[in-house]
Amino acid sequence: MNRIRIRSEKVIEWIMILCSLVSVLTTIGIILVLSVDAFKFFKEVPFVDFLTDTQWTPLFEDKHFGIMPLLSGTLLTTTIAILLAVPVGITIAVFLNEYASKKFTSVVKPLLEVLAAVPTVVYGFFALQFVTPLLQKVIPGLAGFNALSPGIVMGIMIIPYITSLSEDALRAVPKSLREAAYGLGANRFQTAFKVIVPAANSGIVVSVILAISRALGETMIVAIAAGQQPRLTFNPLESVETITTYIVQVSMGDVPQDSLEYRTIFAAGITLFAFTFLLNNISFWMRKKYQHRYE
Amino acid sequence: MVQKDSYITEGSPYGIYKLRVEGLNLYYGTKQALKDISIKIAPNTVTAFIGPSGCGKSTFLRCFNRMNDLIENVTITGSVMVDDIDIYKNMIDVYQYRKKIGMVFQKPNPFPKSIFENVAFGLRINGESSKSVLQGIVESALRQAALWEEVKDNLNKSALTLSGGQQQRLCIARAIAVKPSVLLMDEPASSLDPISTAKIEELIYQLKDQFTIVIVTHNMQQAARVSDKTAFFYLGELIEFDKTDKIFTNPSKEATQNYITGRFG
Repeated sequence: MNRIRIRSEKVIEWIMILCSLVSVLTTIGIILVLSVDAFKFFKEVPFVDFLTDTQWTPLFEDKHFGIMPLLSGTLLTTTIAILLAVPVGITIAVFLNEYASKKFTSVVKPLLEVLAAVPTVVYGFFALQFVTPLLQKVIPGLAGFNALSPGIVMGIMIIPYITSLSEDALRAVPKSLREAAYGLGANRFQTAFKVIVPAANSGIVVSVILAISRALGETMIVAIAAGQQPRLTFNPLESVETITTYIVQVSMGDVPQDSLEYRTIFAAGITLFAFTFLLNNISFWMRKKYQHRYE
Repeated sequence: MVQKDSYITEGSPYGIYKLRVEGLNLYYGTKQALKDISIKIAPNTVTAFIGPSGCGKSTFLRCFNRMNDLIENVTITGSVMVDDIDIYKNMIDVYQYRKKIGMVFQKPNPFPKSIFENVAFGLRINGESSKSVLQGIVESALRQAALWEEVKDNLNKSALTLSGGQQQRLCIARAIAVKPSVLLMDEPASSLDPISTAKIEELIYQLKDQFTIVIVTHNMQQAARVSDKTAFFYLGELIEFDKTDKIFTNPSKEATQNYITGRFG
């Protein structure tokens, strides 16, 4: 009887280990695939050129392999998205947590999370067909494909990520701190922004970092609305191409496999991976280091 | 509810009582938590609220700085007069008003900021930004709270690095830095060890000169040690309010007698 139980415990333990291995092995597999082809790519293209060349034209006659234009496109759209989503997202979180009634929050929060469930291809067409024409009325001379419109729409898309996680962080701040602030004569605004938000800062920063990761990796919206022209610019009114868009463009196209052109997507991919990997580690480290220990 | 004339402090600018409550009822939703409470508290005295858990003593304490406003569905009737002003009348700016009433809570609740910024918080939200003014007040508040000698070299360290007893004295310093006239203490020593508790009690005795102190406590010895008068609460009612000596030696109500001799509660 006892032996059977010990054995079944062992079996369950192994099943759990196997399950966790799936995610670990997938990560290792992705890194391996990316590295192998990226390594082959860098045998033909010097790493210095990859970082410093200001043009990205692997599919043209005059080939240049500078990642900068793709990187600038990615960072530009991401920056626009973050500039919109962080203030709006955090403000909504503070409002829901400090000002709104519980009933209101319980209705609005799920509605807000629906924003995260909209397929990104829908957002892409929303940017192209609705936001861009709208912006063109305000900004004459705005190109049909530009970085601004998908950046804004991407910002709307990641608002729920920031709001939801920040709201959790704000809610985790002990009630006793709120009472301490009110007890000293602080009003609601002072309590919210001088006590509760700073006390929840590690959780809020983590939410922002995750939102940045999400924006960096976003593909569909920028593929549809940003145009597909790699261009080293930080002007949001011009058309740009992001790393993700380029990868889609090449892998959907008729570039022969195992060619230099094909391997460019692995070099681009590993650059993106390096960014998100770094951000995830920063957020992990922040969570560990800056989490205030409350009882 | 006999009021002893010997506890009247002469020359008080606001009549003879600092705090005066008349016919206070408090409801959580439809449940009545406080029933028809009337009490008068003289300035520069220490008043202890005792009674079994759930008797309403903490809830009552929180009426004095309108802390119950933070809870939804609370209804209050009757009047709470501080310096002869009814604080539940709409004319009162509750945030300004709370600056006059300091509060120390059951568990130490320092902000996750430096020791200095904790004590300076109340002044900063009042718009005080002069470094030298802040430094002066922070030092005197920490001295009054008997914490200065222990932290004077580490004012920029996080308050969360202090021990529980030090944190609680920091919270007292934070409360008195805004120069309130009343200090409410909700079981301020219940989470502390005996040595820290003794320090807090010593402090209460000293702070009496400047503040009117109301302290909720579970510890009857503590009530006997620190307070001038004691109020016994039971099931939301104020059963007896008298000199501490009398409550503990010769209470006039049977329920009080039963509680202080440990027959229930």
